Amino acid sequence: MNVTTGLFYLFSTVLLIAAFRVITARNPVHAVLFLVLTFFQGAMIWMLLRAEFLAIVLVLVYVGAVMVLFLFVVMMMDINVENLRHGFWRHFPFAALVGVVIALEMSAVLMGGFRVADVAAAADPSASNTKELGVVLFTQYIYPLEVAAGILLVAMVAAIALTLRARKDSKHVSAGVQVRVKAKDRMTVVKMDATQVAPEPAPAAVPEVKA
Amino acid sequence: MTLTLGHFLTLGAMLFAMSVVGIFLNRRNLIVLLMAIELMLLAVNTNFVAFSYYLHDMHGQIFVFFILTVAAAESAIGLAILVLLFRNKSSINVDELNSLKG
Repeated sequence: MNVTTGLFYLFSTVLLIAAFRVITARNPVHAVLFLVLTFFQGAMIWMLLRAEFLAIVLVLVYVGAVMVLFLFVVMMMDINVENLRHGFWRHFPFAALVGVVIALEMSAVLMGGFRVADVAAAADPSASNTKELGVVLFTQYIYPLEVAAGILLVAMVAAIALTLRARKDSKHVSAGVQVRVKAKDRMTVVKMDATQVAPEPAPAAVPEVKA
Repeated sequence: MTLTLGHFLTLGAMLFAMSVVGIFLNRRNLIVLLMAIELMLLAVNTNFVAFSYYLHDMHGQIFVFFILTVAAAESAIGLAILVLLFRNKSSINVDELNSLKG
């Protein structure tokens, strides 16, 4: 049992415990923090598999941006946890049964069927994972990459459009209307005949003496 | 005892089963449902990276790259919908989302 194997078991154990805490934590903020821990362990596992670029992207983009977005949303909401957790453990035996069956069956197949040995000897130690990824990404996958950029742009516009809220009670002036306005829209001169004689001018007011 | 591809795939399977249990348990809590989906995507990505390493094929990691992109877009829009929902209903309980029920 070498160092890599030991690290793998360490990271896996922490990852599974953190994942279990994500789905059972009472406080949603704790759930997000355990999710951060889970993703970090996942990044370390990827690092063991020599996917350095993706591991760092997972930490920087996922933990740094997406999880912080989760945390922000969770903290912004006033969630009534008791109402949401009513009857939480009632379905636990059934859910645990389903989960254990899934895990055991897949483990039985995967552990037996994929005994591919480690290929570290074949790998060139001077090869850069990032460089290889970049070469493939920017030649063979350039159009999917551009589509991915489009997806991100659409997601950004959609997220802003969904949550943008104009206040209904604010007395703002539309700049477009203001620029387009002409003098005749604002003031009209109405010609009309005088129907009654102007009254006599009032006598000059006597200045009041202050008491 | 050396690590084989089976170890990593089994880890992915366990994580996937864990997130299925999470979806079962947190039926009402929309935000934990989103987190369970993120866990599932992590399990799938781990499988891709493991296959990519053991089969010497870079394309698996390219796929993980695109999955990460789409997952980031998905969680951004999902959280935006969640915020909108909370603003309108003052709750994120899935049981109360029955406005479209005939």
